Amino acid sequence: MSTAAIDREWKRYTPRQRLARFALYFGLVFAVVASLRTVQIIPEFLYDAHEQIADLFKRMWPIAWSFYPRGVHDALIETLHIATLGTILAIVMALPLGLLAAHNITPHTGLNYVAKLLLVSSRSVNSLVWALLFVAIFGPGALAGTMAIAFRSIGFVGKLFGEALEETRPGPVEALKAVGAPWTSIYIKGYWPQVEPAFWAIALFRWDISVRESAVLGLVGAGGIGMAINAAMDLFQWERVALMLVAIFAVVIIAEIVVTTIRQKII
Amino acid sequence: MTGTAQARPPAFLPNWPVRLAWLVLAAYVVYATSILDVSWGRFVLGLENGAKFIGRMLPPDTAPDKMVLMARGLYETLEISVISSALGILLSLPIGLFAARNLMPAWVTWPMRLFIALCRSFHQVIIAILFVKAVGFGALAGILALTVASIGFIAKLFAEAIEEISLKQVEAIRATGASFLNVITYGVMPQVLTRFVGFATYQFDSNLRNSTMVGIVGAGGIGGTMFAAFQKFDYDYLLTILIAIVAMIMVSEALQNWIKKLYQ
Repeated sequence: MSTAAIDREWKRYTPRQRLARFALYFGLVFAVVASLRTVQIIPEFLYDAHEQIADLFKRMWPIAWSFYPRGVHDALIETLHIATLGTILAIVMALPLGLLAAHNITPHTGLNYVAKLLLVSSRSVNSLVWALLFVAIFGPGALAGTMAIAFRSIGFVGKLFGEALEETRPGPVEALKAVGAPWTSIYIKGYWPQVEPAFWAIALFRWDISVRESAVLGLVGAGGIGMAINAAMDLFQWERVALMLVAIFAVVIIAEIVVTTIRQKII
Repeated sequence: MTGTAQARPPAFLPNWPVRLAWLVLAAYVVYATSILDVSWGRFVLGLENGAKFIGRMLPPDTAPDKMVLMARGLYETLEISVISSALGILLSLPIGLFAARNLMPAWVTWPMRLFIALCRSFHQVIIAILFVKAVGFGALAGILALTVASIGFIAKLFAEAIEEISLKQVEAIRATGASFLNVITYGVMPQVLTRFVGFATYQFDSNLRNSTMVGIVGAGGIGGTMFAAFQKFDYDYLLTILIAIVAMIMVSEALQNWIKKLYQ
């Protein structure tokens, strides 16, 4: 009697899976080693790194608090406006794209695909690159920053909103259809109540990210506190840079507290 | 009397606070738009500029010497993202472990959580500025900046993942008299490894995107070449670089999906 059928040793993965994993580990190690061997690091710069860091902190101290009302406050407020307005604009533009990307709302694979392609291309361009493009179009200033935040956020908001729409239950929608409700009621009373918590969570989360990102847009000329940082750095006024970093830190923390509080209240 | 129609409350009551909130939001949009000097005339002028801008971008510049320059920049960008991800992942493992409140005493977790919060609070480009000052122009500043950002992200999520594990398995391993390291390897890691792989691949993707940016402040990679092309109004070359970056990111996304499938 042959026992071949029960003698097989149990293995967790198929040979193909094991081969794929091995290829992945090999590729990872190879990538790290190859990068480490060829990356250009100038060792001479490293010898005095600790002196440079000490020098940086020495120049940053004392922080130029008195500069705040003159040169930082307005830029900081502008940064907040860029982030908020950009996020609102993004939500307005992302809602139709999200509706188009959700398969249960737009039962047309081609349209879904087009909407998803637009969302992906919005996300794969960094907000600083968007800022570069809009500075070239609208000129330096807050308008370019707002548009950059908006176009970067469309992909994020649209993708998550579309996914939230796809997860809705068809029950309430079918009930509304059965009583002959017009399409506006189907959307407002059938879909909206189901995605509302997700919508606010997405909007708040994106606003939080936008606040962080809008702080650096000024480095390429798109308004906000980044422009003030750039100007102070070009003049080696590190005590002012330190003040602006502290200001950004405070705003980011406050934004996070605001988001957490609102989320606890409405969701 | 039972036959008379009773006055029923309407099914959907008007929610006045919410309506007021929408009104406030609309008022804010108008106010902020006026502050930011967004006008219709400027928008139309912008469209004209945009058409001119796109006209100057096309066709993309593919001169051989510029392609070589771009390839070198892209290669450095790849190097920065690979090294910073590897460093970030390696450092995040112990930091995330020490920040998990269900495994460590409070006097260990608090400093670790503070450190993670500090790493997270600034944008990568701002951290890159500081490192450019500390270690000079070049790839090293970018690597260090993105490593710090990676720690801020992975260590935080890793610590949260560990805090959500089931302690029964940890207790079972502990009951066998296993050492601390064995408890971590056999009780904790199997429960969080899949999520950790998810965070790590996501962070590599994020590092790849951001390593194309740190060059703007002089921290190495394609960003420097791109910003120079922008400042020299060399827009057709800018388009070539942008196409290359987007292509690189799409390849990385495909790779990421493959890795995720492998570890499901």
